[in-house]
Amino acid sequence: MAGGYLSGIFGSSPVRPLQTHMEQIVECVQQLIPFINAVLDGNTSDRDHIHRNIVDLEHKADKLKKELRLRLPSSLFMPIDRRDVLEVLTMQDRVAGAVRDVSGIIIGRNMVIPEPMRDNYRELVATCVQSVEQAHQAISELDELIETSFGDKERERVGSLLSELDRIEQTTDEQTITLSHQLFDMEQQLEPVNVMFLYRVLDRTSLIADRAQRVGSRLQLMLAR
Amino acid sequence: MEFSVWYLGLAAAFGLFMAWGIGANDVANAMATSVGSRALTIKQAILVAAVFEFTGAFLAGGQVTSTIRKGIIDASDVADRPELLVFGMLAALLAAAIWLLLASRRGWPVSTTHSIVGAIVGFAAVGIGFESVHWAKVGTIAASWVVSPMLSGFIAFFIFMSVQRLILSTEDPLANARKYVPFYIFAVGFIMALVTLLKGLSHVGLDLSTRQSLVVAVVAGLATMIIGVLLIKRVKVVPSDDEDFRFTNVEKIFGVLMIFTACGMAFAHGSNDVANAVGPVAAVVSIVKTGAVAQKSSLATWILLLGAVGIVLGLATYGWRVIKTVGRSITELTPSRGFAAELAAATTVVIASGTGIPISTTHTLVGAVLGVGIARGIGALNLRVVRNIMLSWIVTLPAGGILAILFFFLFKGIFLN
Repeated sequence: MAGGYLSGIFGSSPVRPLQTHMEQIVECVQQLIPFINAVLDGNTSDRDHIHRNIVDLEHKADKLKKELRLRLPSSLFMPIDRRDVLEVLTMQDRVAGAVRDVSGIIIGRNMVIPEPMRDNYRELVATCVQSVEQAHQAISELDELIETSFGDKERERVGSLLSELDRIEQTTDEQTITLSHQLFDMEQQLEPVNVMFLYRVLDRTSLIADRAQRVGSRLQLMLAR
Repeated sequence: MEFSVWYLGLAAAFGLFMAWGIGANDVANAMATSVGSRALTIKQAILVAAVFEFTGAFLAGGQVTSTIRKGIIDASDVADRPELLVFGMLAALLAAAIWLLLASRRGWPVSTTHSIVGAIVGFAAVGIGFESVHWAKVGTIAASWVVSPMLSGFIAFFIFMSVQRLILSTEDPLANARKYVPFYIFAVGFIMALVTLLKGLSHVGLDLSTRQSLVVAVVAGLATMIIGVLLIKRVKVVPSDDEDFRFTNVEKIFGVLMIFTACGMAFAHGSNDVANAVGPVAAVVSIVKTGAVAQKSSLATWILLLGAVGIVLGLATYGWRVIKTVGRSITELTPSRGFAAELAAATTVVIASGTGIPISTTHTLVGAVLGVGIARGIGALNLRVVRNIMLSWIVTLPAGGILAILFFFLFKGIFLN
C-alpha cells in the first residue's frame, strides 16, 4: 500500500506486551493464597483444582513470553535496551516458575504443613504475593517512563516503588528465617524426608519474592542507562 | 509554434494527472500522523488536507515551481529549438506520474520529488546534452535530500526535549500543558505565515516589506493561538481516564495542538509538492506562449491553481482511503510526539519551499520521527525504514530518468516527423 513505509517505521513496542505478561504472572502468583488455604484446611479437591489453575496460568504466561521474544528483531531502535527487556521478561517468567515449583512439591508429596508453622507460612506466602504485586506496579510504570522519556520525576517515582519492593523482599527473608528455625526445632519429631522437602518448600516460596525483586533490579538498570 | 494547442493540452493533462497522484498517495503521509494519534478523524483530516494543501500550493508553491521549471536545466543550449524542452518536460511529467502509479501500486516507497527531478535530469542529460544540466543546482537538491531529514530530526529532537522539560516531566503536567501548549500553537501559525510572506505573495497581489511580514506573521500566530486556547478550554479532563496511564488527559491537550500542526503539515506539503506537478507545466506554457525558452517570464497563477485542484481531486477520489490505511497503522505515535514530529517536518519543508528546494515531505517526516525516537520518546522504531529510503533514492532517480528519456524520444518522434 502506498505510504506504507511511514507506518513501517513504527516497530511494535515491547512495553505493553511486557506489562501484559506481568499481569499474567501476578494472576498466577495470587492463586497461591487460596492454594495454601486449601492445603492447610486439608481440602484436597480444591487444592488440586487450584494447582491446575496455576499450571494453566503459567503456560499462558509462557506463550506470551515466546511471542514477545519474537517481536524483538535487532533492527528495532528502542528507548530501553533490548537485553534489559529480555532479562526482565526472563525474571518475570521465573517468578511463575517458582510458584509452580511450590505447588508442585506440595501436591506431589501430598504435604501437610506442621501445625506450629502454619500461621507464619501463611504470612510468608502473603508477603511473597505482595512483593510480586509491587514489582508489577513498577513494571506498569514503564509506559509512563517512556511518555516522559525517563524524566526525573518519573524515575523518582519508580525508584521509590523499587525500594519498597526491596523492603518487602527483606521481610520475606526474615519470615523464612523464622520458619526455618521453627522447622529446625521440630526436626526430631518429623519424618526426615518430609523435613527435607519442607525446607525445599520454604526455599522455593522465598524464591518468589527474590525473583520479584530481580524484576525490579533489572528495571533499575533500564533507568540507569 | 506548431502543435502549440496540443502541447498545452498535454501539459495540462499530465500536470493534472501528476497532481492527482500526489493528492492520492503523498498527502496520506502528511496527514496520517494526525489520524493515527486520533487528533483528527478521517473526515476532519480530509477537510484539513483539502483546505491547507490548496492554500499551501497556491500561496507558497511558487519558489519550488520555478526551480523545477527553470532551475535544473540550462535552456540556453536549446534556444533555437524550444520544442525539445517542451517534449522533455512533457516526458518528465508522464514518466514521473507513471513511475509513481506503478510504485505505489506495488507499495514501493518512492518520493514524488525524486521521481520528477530524476526524470528532468534524465531527459536533459541524454536528450539535450550532458552539460545542459545545472549540475551544481542538482547537487544542492540532492544534498538537501540528505540534509532535510537530518535537520527536521534535529528540530524534532529539541522540540520534544522542550516538551519534556516544560510539560511532561514536571509536577503538574496537566497545568503546564494548558500553560505552554498555546505557545507551540503560536509557533505553528507564526512560522507558516512568516516563511510564506517572506517569499512573497506578489502573485496574489500582496507585496509586503520584511518588517510588515514580521508583523503580519505575529498577528497570524496570535490568531491561531487564540483559537487554540479556546479549543483547549473545551477539552474535557476526566480524572478516571488517568488510572491506567497517567498522561491520558495531558495527551488530550496535545491533541488540540496536533490539529494545528496537521494544518501546517498539509500547508507545507502543498507548498513543496505542488511544484512537482506544475513546474513542468509552467515551463511548457511559457515556451508555447513566447515561442522561446524565456527564462524570465513569471508564473501564471492559473497553473498553481491547476496543481492545487489536482491535489484536492486526488485526495477526494483515492487519497482518503490511503490516509485511513496509513493512519490505522500509526497508533504508536501519541499527540505529544506526533506534534513534535509534524512541527519539525512542516518547518523544514516550508523553509525548503521558501528557498525553492524540492524535498521529500515523507522523508522529512521520517527524519523528524527518528529525532523524537532519539530523544527516547517512542517505544520502538524500525530502522529498516532508513535502509528503504536509501534504496528508494537509488532506484527512483534512474527509473524516472530512463522513463523520461523513452518518452522524450517518443514525443520527438511523434511531433517532429
